[in-house]
Amino acid sequence: MLTYVIRRLLLVPLLLFGVTILIFIMLQFLDPVERAALYVRGDPKANQIEAAITKYCLDCPIPVQYLNWMVGKVDSTTGERKGGILFGNFGWSKTGSQPVASLIARRFPNTLDLTIWAVGPVILVGIWLGVQAAVHHNGFIDQAARVFSIVGTSFPTFVFGLLMLMFFYANLGWFPPGRLSDEFNIVVSSDQFHRYTTLLTFDALLNGRFDIFLDALRHMFLPLSYISWATFLRVTRSSMLETLRQEYVTTARAKGLPERDVIYKHAQPNAMLPVVTLAGFSVVGLLAGVIITETVFDYPGIGSAAAQASAQLDVITVLGFALFNGLILIVANLIVDVLYAFVDPRVRLS
Amino acid sequence: MTQVTPTGNNELLGEAVARRKIGRVERFLGPDNYRVLQGLFKTPASIAGSLLILFFVIIALAAPVLAPPVTPNEPYKIPRDGFKSQPREIGAKWTKNVPDIPFWYKAVTGNEKWVHLFGTAQGQYDIYYGVIWGTRTAFKTGLIVVISTVLLGVLVGAVSAYYGGLVDNILMRIVDVLLVLPSLMATLILAAVLTPVIGRSTLPVMISLIAFGWLGYARVIRGDILSVKERDYVLAARVIGNKDSRILFRHIIPNAVFPTLVLASLAIGDVVLSFAALSFLGIGVDVGYADWGQVLAFARNWITSLDDYWYIIAFPGIALVLYVMGFNLLGDALRDVLDPRMRGKT
Repeated sequence: MLTYVIRRLLLVPLLLFGVTILIFIMLQFLDPVERAALYVRGDPKANQIEAAITKYCLDCPIPVQYLNWMVGKVDSTTGERKGGILFGNFGWSKTGSQPVASLIARRFPNTLDLTIWAVGPVILVGIWLGVQAAVHHNGFIDQAARVFSIVGTSFPTFVFGLLMLMFFYANLGWFPPGRLSDEFNIVVSSDQFHRYTTLLTFDALLNGRFDIFLDALRHMFLPLSYISWATFLRVTRSSMLETLRQEYVTTARAKGLPERDVIYKHAQPNAMLPVVTLAGFSVVGLLAGVIITETVFDYPGIGSAAAQASAQLDVITVLGFALFNGLILIVANLIVDVLYAFVDPRVRLS
Repeated sequence: MTQVTPTGNNELLGEAVARRKIGRVERFLGPDNYRVLQGLFKTPASIAGSLLILFFVIIALAAPVLAPPVTPNEPYKIPRDGFKSQPREIGAKWTKNVPDIPFWYKAVTGNEKWVHLFGTAQGQYDIYYGVIWGTRTAFKTGLIVVISTVLLGVLVGAVSAYYGGLVDNILMRIVDVLLVLPSLMATLILAAVLTPVIGRSTLPVMISLIAFGWLGYARVIRGDILSVKERDYVLAARVIGNKDSRILFRHIIPNAVFPTLVLASLAIGDVVLSFAALSFLGIGVDVGYADWGQVLAFARNWITSLDDYWYIIAFPGIALVLYVMGFNLLGDALRDVLDPRMRGKT
């Protein structure tokens, strides 16, 4: 187990290095004038940009630029460090009119909130349906589940999302897009509302404002309902079907165990292994921002921020998000892999 | 040597083994690959999938007849009937920029003049044109992206598996790095970077889809080749002194690539979906380019009144869903055929 973890840990710096190189290569598509936004705040004038290019060496040889981009440059007069992604300076976001890092800091809690609420209800329902479909193979639940998952995977998020908005928002007015209703937005941004965790739903509970909590959930309902439960259903079903064909399941049946025990004690734990991987990766994917879901439902997470920035070709912002995403994903994947090895001994022994 | 004529009675065998004609296609493809091809037309689901795809192929081929382009040089530009922002309903009269009337038009619709068959979106873009020519966009982008990704993936995967060692290690670590970002995020970023460089067209998104699309194929083909390269005929080819490239391209790849090719051709659905998603987000093509995602994006500003303007999402939405579903249905059928564990169990 320990050797597996160490081997896996050794991969992390390599991946981090690779991702920074990848993003740095993309940065090179910009001309130095645009790259000045990495170091200069706000909307600089032409002569300021010229100065920045020479000062921050934006037309230097590429290795020098890479080094500057990584650690930044200390201003010799003020002693202030400008740029340097290692210090969290991702540059200035033109579309957000603020540093990219603070834009991320504002958007990320919303995405995290969505992820937390997605994991429990949505994924568990998908898994439960998948098990039922496999146990009653070719029965009613199975057929229905098949139709659901084919429709669910064929329906593009944005088409389905627009239909849901049309029905549940325009028609019924139940689940509006956005994050909060206007009247609560005022409360939340006022001084009386303390941001303990920055996660809106939890803050609302901690402040004792149950109405705000419900309102936040109401706004999250549509994005939540569109998180890929169909994929979970599919994977659980096929994995469970496969496990039920194994000989040890026949053995368990032959020795006279009740069917319930055969399914839930013998088959399900083994069938859950691929589902655990999938769950891990979906949580990671959710953390990285569900771009389309967030955009369709106008949910202010990091996915929609990245989409807005790239639609307006604000490359510095987009690459900042990419860097942040890469970081989260590398760390989260590491955790998933280690957990998985913990659950399944075959992984760490191979 | 004396001529040996087979003796004995084969009649019993004739009963045990059903006599079956072997057609030209089967002889050409070989029994295994032929079985895969048969899988395309076996179950109701796969037949439905094939029919759906056939339907879209016909629409794409007949696009100039179904919707004669107003500007023949730029057929993919959706014609606009004025510039008003309010969408107009199905059957509204087409006043400005009217296209030629094709021969089928009067008989089918009963109208003397062009009307907006599927209504117009904001800015008076005709939705019917967007859907019809969008079919061509879908096939064009899908085919180009899938063919390029497969070529790239097979090449990298094959080289990686065949040479092994350091080459394998380096190539696979590059794949690892490129796989860190989720594919849609990665494509989005690269497209945003490329658009200012090469301008707004289908190119930036297609290049990005290719750049991050080959990774999966490289991994799959690498696994297949690792097993094929241990076969005796590869050893034989090496013993008689063939070059590496000949062994790889004539002996190994043809024996490993067929399943990948089939699955890849069905990935067109996914590619088209990603492409539409990106153009829905406003990345890649210009506003008014005939693409289903573009037309759907017009609905975003009218969400509160979608009750009245349902046709903005209905028609391109149905087209996209049926297109992707066609490929998904076929893909499911083929995966069953290709998965050896499922053999004989359906």
